[in-house]
Amino acid sequence: MAVKVMIPTPLRPFAERQAAIDVEGQTVGEALDALTSQYGDLRRHLYGDGGQLRSFVNVYVNEEDIRDLQKDLTPLRDGDTITIVPSIAGGSRD
Amino acid sequence: MLNLSQDLTERIRAHAAQSYPYECCGALLGTENGDGRTVQDLVMLDNQRDDSPRNRFLVFPEDVLRVEKAARERGLDVLGWYHSHPDAPARPSEFDRQHAWPWYSYLIVSVEAGEPRRMSSWRLTDDRERFDAEEIASQLGMPG
Repeated sequence: MAVKVMIPTPLRPFAERQAAIDVEGQTVGEALDALTSQYGDLRRHLYGDGGQLRSFVNVYVNEEDIRDLQKDLTPLRDGDTITIVPSIAGGSRD
Repeated sequence: MLNLSQDLTERIRAHAAQSYPYECCGALLGTENGDGRTVQDLVMLDNQRDDSPRNRFLVFPEDVLRVEKAARERGLDVLGWYHSHPDAPARPSEFDRQHAWPWYSYLIVSVEAGEPRRMSSWRLTDDRERFDAEEIASQLGMPG
């Protein structure tokens, strides 16, 4: 399936400053794999050491959060848009 | 270099003081060019961490999208985010580093016993290993 991935501003420097990138994939996981194979520096910002999406990385297919769908196994259709949206988190003490 | 007017500096400090003993948070809107970044406006946001707002802050993704849209409509970028450290230093914690995005400016203001004190700005390195300090140029008479 040919889908479009929308890249948030802070990650564009790692994707040749593109706001949207066309990739192929049957599932969200496959599409993000295709994206990070093409732009390897994105991987460390999207995934933690265990290979899971970081907690502050939110991924939507069209307008739906993949946590409410089938996460990385969420199937894709031709023309879907995957949007990566930051949460912003922090705090003073560890 | 992060250019921040005196007026915007005072607004951040006031937000931090009002929110004490909880952390405040907000967005830095502005432009980036060869001279660095210039903050032109703020969006004050609610800290969504109801469980531990004294030492954590959270901005939901829907609020990030809303702020980005508002910035875009004004020809501005979301340059970064500010938050306060109540009774803690104005430097990033390990928790800050673990949850940070690259590229954004992270402005931190310490608040001691309700009084806003030091302010600093930081950028995550591309390898996520640490924050680098970003100089704040506070100027009178700048836009905003």
